[in-house]
Amino acid sequence: MALDKLKKALGKTRSILNTRVEDLFVPGKTLEEEDLELLEEALIVADVGVEATENIIEHLKVAAREQKIPPGGPLAILETEIRKMVDEYEDPAPWRPTEKPHVILLVGVNGTGKTTTAGKLAKYINDKGGKSLLAASDTFRAAANEQLAIWSERSGADIVRSVDGADPASVAFDAVSKAISGGYDAVIVDTAGRLHTKVNLMEELKKIARVCGKKLPGAPHDIFLVLDATTGNNGINQARLFEEVIGITGIILTKLDSTAKGGIALAIMRELNIPVRLVGVGEKIDDLIEFDSASFAAGLFED
Amino acid sequence: MFEQLTEKIETVFRGLTSRGRLSEDNIKGALKEVRRALLSADVNFKVTKEFIARVQERAVGRDVLESITPGQQFIKIIHDELVDLLGGLAPNIELPHKTPTNIMLVGLQGSGKTTSAGKLARFFAKRQFKPILVACDIHRPAAARQLEIVANNAGYPSIMFEEGEKPSEVARRAQFEARQFGCDLAIHDTAGRLHIDRDMMAEARELYDEINPDLVLLVLDAMTGQEAVSVGEAFTSELGVDGFLLTKLDGDARGGAALSLRQVTGKPVLFVGVGEKLDALERFHPDRMAGRILGMGDVVTLVEKAEQTFDEKRAKELEKKLRKQTFDFNDFRDQLKQLKNMGPIDDILAMIPGMKKSMLKGIQVDDGATKRIEAIINSMTPSERAKPGSIDGSRRKRIARGSGTSVQEVNRLLKQFFEMQKMFKKMGRIKKFAMPPGFGL
Ligand SMILES: Nc1nc2c(ncn2[C@@H]2O[C@H](COP(=O)(O)OP(=O)(O)OP(=O)(O)O)[C@@H](O)[C@H]2O)c(=O)[nH]1
Ligand SMILES: Nc1nc2c(ncn2[C@@H]2O[C@H](COP(=O)(O)OP(=O)(O)OP(=O)(O)O)[C@@H](O)[C@H]2O)c(=O)[nH]1
Ligand SMILES: [Mg+2]
Ligand SMILES: [Mg+2]
Repeated sequence: MALDKLKKALGKTRSILNTRVEDLFVPGKTLEEEDLELLEEALIVADVGVEATENIIEHLKVAAREQKIPPGGPLAILETEIRKMVDEYEDPAPWRPTEKPHVILLVGVNGTGKTTTAGKLAKYINDKGGKSLLAASDTFRAAANEQLAIWSERSGADIVRSVDGADPASVAFDAVSKAISGGYDAVIVDTAGRLHTKVNLMEELKKIARVCGKKLPGAPHDIFLVLDATTGNNGINQARLFEEVIGITGIILTKLDSTAKGGIALAIMRELNIPVRLVGVGEKIDDLIEFDSASFAAGLFED
Repeated sequence: MFEQLTEKIETVFRGLTSRGRLSEDNIKGALKEVRRALLSADVNFKVTKEFIARVQERAVGRDVLESITPGQQFIKIIHDELVDLLGGLAPNIELPHKTPTNIMLVGLQGSGKTTSAGKLARFFAKRQFKPILVACDIHRPAAARQLEIVANNAGYPSIMFEEGEKPSEVARRAQFEARQFGCDLAIHDTAGRLHIDRDMMAEARELYDEINPDLVLLVLDAMTGQEAVSVGEAFTSELGVDGFLLTKLDGDARGGAALSLRQVTGKPVLFVGVGEKLDALERFHPDRMAGRILGMGDVVTLVEKAEQTFDEKRAKELEKKLRKQTFDFNDFRDQLKQLKNMGPIDDILAMIPGMKKSMLKGIQVDDGATKRIEAIINSMTPSERAKPGSIDGSRRKRIARGSGTSVQEVNRLLKQFFEMQKMFKKMGRIKKFAMPPGFGL
């Protein structure tokens, strides 16, 4: 079901590349110079980014020279690569009942979908039999608190609310405390959007993480970077800096229901070794699905 | 990035002496570097292709001037071409005065429409309009509440939607309610929507038909990748977009979408958003954007921003000092005094060309902490301020006592200061070749 949804979300029409790229995936096809140009265009258009695209093309050239193009064609190389990265992580489950409570921090630049994803994720965990608690640590954005409160109603998850201008770290602290005493299985901390270049705001994030760990050693267990699939090359800067400052355990790729392919996530996976864990495919509460490497790789070239 | 591009282009042309001639052959390598720079800035693939072809045509056969290197001349051609394509001079924004005049904001989810509604109200309030904000987003949770808060903070009234009302109905009501508020500019905030979402596009069209807006702005995130083109095309053809507002340019996005949008729609970028606060809206400047897309950094904006708070002379002085690396604690204190008006220091620093975000690590001036920092600097002797290197352990203790702070705090400030000096030094080096003659400043 979930896969269908992603397929549907990815199956948008795009004209230019259509059949020509598909030809590349015919088993046994040799790679000509013009095929590579075509593939380069396809990768750039899918927002894979200049650097990663160059690397991939180079990689394919070598594979072709050594006649190592797998039976599935060049696409299979990409797919294997993505799958390997996802599988490298022992437990890619976004929520693990073994941690009680499992504290998850949602971070990212402005407007990527953190608050919406917090609501969806609470529902996702509750559907799996967990009891989740939302923490409104965005005390800056107008009505962020009210927005999350509505998601709390929709998901049936409890919420620790905040007042405007409150210390976001102390909201997170209160939430973790409440989760421990109230027997919750997960805490989802919604944070304010911040550009990765803003040093002060990034420091604030560090503090939120630190304070969670103070209350509960090992917390936050996951820090997910919420990344908008329409993002271009800047996505790699975002991931790099968030990773550098607080460490990212996974990506949640939102808005993949748009025509964008989210290719920059591939660049991030390749360069920084951070896997995509979940994918947002709409604005409704159930529009959050687990990442599937095969459909993602295929989606990059689908029209 | 630009230092890289300049450097690369210089390398490419190394063999070519001045008084040579730019030929198809010798610009080939340079064009490849430019192409790479544009694609890294998220300029659309096709638009990049067209641009390269155009530049090639312009450049081939040109004599290299004696005064500059072929590399510099080549970059100048690229830069000028880019400015030209971005729209040359920044267009004027003339709105008619009606009762009311209508602005409609549209765009993808999370691009910054609601925030920009407040910023635009400010902008036009300074131009003899009396704005009112109209909440036509009936979909996103708490969207109306968000707009109401934005309006309140900015000091303007707002109109909320009522249970069961369609966006077009809210807007219709707003047409006369605006007058009751004594307002003549209704800014309509709409829900984020995908350009491929038929129903949502139809909803926006219905609103459009209801108010027949005087200005439709597509609000687009500057970090948008290759899709900017299809988004721009769809919104423009279906909702008669008049121009673009590019948000989140306060980060390190290179904003290639600006060029793509302009190229495929022919419509101008009118505004840029440079922060989350209400005053973080600026007019679009093609020359600055060109530099940014090429990765030159935004020196013009940096200087302007300084000028808004410093008087011109002091801004020039500061700039000179930054370049000559004679920046000391006296300057630092002066600057701190202005800091509150200028915005966070990291914002300012981020505009400097060649500035890498990693250089900013460990440098952090919290706006709330400026008082303590000022106290520390005030406790230094004039010679200490001019020669921070002379501040040893015992001096640090004295300064801490004098300022009522701790030695750790003094240490931290000194560390940050030296870090900053180091950075300015690096910047100074980069500057030398980052700015060929004839470039803005
Ligand atoms: N189409 C689509 N829209 C989404 C998705 N996820 C979020 N959105 C929309 O994106 C917009 C921004 O979402 P938010 O959850 O407010 O984003 P945020 O990251 O919390 O924003 P800030 O807190 O302001 O930084 C809203 O209109 C959401 O409905 C998705 O997967 N698909
Ligand atoms: N740094 C920065 N943030 C911005 C800018 N403009 C808007 N934002 C932030 O981007 C996020 C989304 O802004 P909104 O105004 O809610 O976006 P929207 O387009 O109304 O979102 P939807 O209604 O959900 O489609 C918020 O966190 C804003 O504070 C800008 O120019 N710079
Ligand atoms: Mg939010
Ligand atoms: Mg909005």
